Amino acid sequence: MRHSLTLRIGPATFRVGSAWRAPVDDLARLYADYPQERDAIADFTVRLDPTSALRRFFRPSIHITGDHGLADAAPMSLAHGLLAAEMGMNLQMALGWRRHLLLHASSVEKDGRALVMTGESGSGKSTLAAQLGERGWRLMGDEFALLDCVTGALHPFPRLVSLKNKAIDVIASEVSESRMGPLLAATAKGDIRHLVPRADAVARMAQPAMPALLLFPRFGGEAAVRPVGQGEVFMRLTQASTNYVALGEPAFAALSRFVATVPAAAIDFPSGDAGIALVDQLWADLP
Amino acid sequence: MTDAWPLVAALRDPASTQALDAHGWNALIAMARAERLVGTLAHRLADIQVPDAVRPILADARLDTDREAAQALWEADRAAQALGPLGIPVILLKGTAYAAAGLRAGEGRFIGDLDILVPRDRLDAVEAALFAAGWEWVKPDPYDDAYYRQWMHELPPMIHATRDRMIDVHHTILPLTARQTPDAAAMIADAVPIGNGLSILSPEDRLCHAAAHLFADGDLAGGLRNLWDIHCLLVDGMEHDPDFGLSVMERAAHHQLAKAVWRALRLAYRLYATPVKACRAPALFDYRPQRGDWLFAARMLARDGWGRETRKALRFAFFVRSHWLRMPPAMLARHLWTKWRKGHRPA
Repeated sequence: MRHSLTLRIGPATFRVGSAWRAPVDDLARLYADYPQERDAIADFTVRLDPTSALRRFFRPSIHITGDHGLADAAPMSLAHGLLAAEMGMNLQMALGWRRHLLLHASSVEKDGRALVMTGESGSGKSTLAAQLGERGWRLMGDEFALLDCVTGALHPFPRLVSLKNKAIDVIASEVSESRMGPLLAATAKGDIRHLVPRADAVARMAQPAMPALLLFPRFGGEAAVRPVGQGEVFMRLTQASTNYVALGEPAFAALSRFVATVPAAAIDFPSGDAGIALVDQLWADLP
Repeated sequence: MTDAWPLVAALRDPASTQALDAHGWNALIAMARAERLVGTLAHRLADIQVPDAVRPILADARLDTDREAAQALWEADRAAQALGPLGIPVILLKGTAYAAAGLRAGEGRFIGDLDILVPRDRLDAVEAALFAAGWEWVKPDPYDDAYYRQWMHELPPMIHATRDRMIDVHHTILPLTARQTPDAAAMIADAVPIGNGLSILSPEDRLCHAAAHLFADGDLAGGLRNLWDIHCLLVDGMEHDPDFGLSVMERAAHHQLAKAVWRALRLAYRLYATPVKACRAPALFDYRPQRGDWLFAARMLARDGWGRETRKALRFAFFVRSHWLRMPPAMLARHLWTKWRKGHRPA
């Protein structure tokens, strides 16, 4: 393709091709500290194609696809090209990754142990992970947590953190401008800006950690901690996984072990600070 | 223009991949995934030294196709269970048949829907039995329904309500409106039982069906995969009978499919170096390219190193041809007009 880039995030290597220069330039800049070997063999190919020949030049419109694609993928404006590239990589992971059990969850690490947070889009798991990542924790990922079915360890996938709407200002106020991506206004999910993880998160992206605590965060409402039974945890994690069925029995065994050994709770929090305080308290209470 | 030759080369001669650099591997893997041949490629390269970064990619592909095969066999078992009381032969077609019989063509093959062939005069009973066992219609549109029932070689596709898997129930192998009329009754009579109430077509009919599917029907989407099936079916057949090619041509003539089968063998020879045997008697067959073969080859190879479709005009021409083959012009005009009004546009 006309413009391309090969990029490694955690254990996965992506070859991103684009009909336009801008998305590739954005990726090259924001992923500057990640391995970008031109001659790497990629796990996945991602393509940003024009939706039609006309749409390469006139009101450019992106069709996100690659090794794995969705027939009904919504076209995206070139102004949101960086987001399209990120979505393209996520799509490959969600549909094609088989080397770990993939959980739609954020994760952070401290002292070799990992905190996993899962929930719907908008639950605050991404923002909370980003904030913890600025406060002494190592950010392992804001979108996908990769559970090794053999060892039970959690592997990082520290792509750019996607901050939405109000979360943008919260984070932008405490990190340097050089770590923030361009403002992508009025996307299908509202305003979005990307955050480059701290250097330690990138440098240590090959280092796994054993999961020690699972939280189901929910932003809004009074601060509260509620227990979640193992059966419910199991069901919610199967729903949070895109490849649980594809991996078969090893995934069942790994998830059973995860549920039996990792304590879990649901937390409500009215503000970022309250969320962080709850996390610190629950973390300190761990055996 | 680049095309899918590297994929064809890797399948016919796995050792040829030794010469690939990273760029070559990226292109090969993207092409193989786009053509749904990555599982087959993984099987072909099982005993070949590949770069470290390639090994897990191929292992993942094997994992996926092994799971698919298990799933496909389970679907076949469920269909056999549902149709058992009818006392009719349930004949597996295409991918599921290859997997169930352990044929070379099934190794690493992507398997989509479950395709079965049943006697036409028992279609109503089959439909009712599948409904009772939890399958339901996919296409609620009355025109689509009528289209299948009046003109096609299969019932409208059905999907299982809880397992989410599709079944295509065929009563012959080409649309009723096509110019050739294969002898479906003979295919059913000569089918080979494989146990559990299931059968597969005879070796000759398997090849006739694969060739009919590829060259007498459809727009050649997935052509490289289907041609690989033909290569494997022929290699399997020749292991038992050196003159297998000849018996296939004889059977093809009976089904009015000689043209499609001969073309299939010529193109398999040209692309995959299938060990076909030329002969002069009782009929003259050789495998030199004939008029039009290069167009079919170009269409099948229309894929670049990023997995993109190339040769848009040629692709469209084959799309048009697929409809031309399926029905006479007046009927085709009416069909296309109806679909257009309903908002359907060719990809």
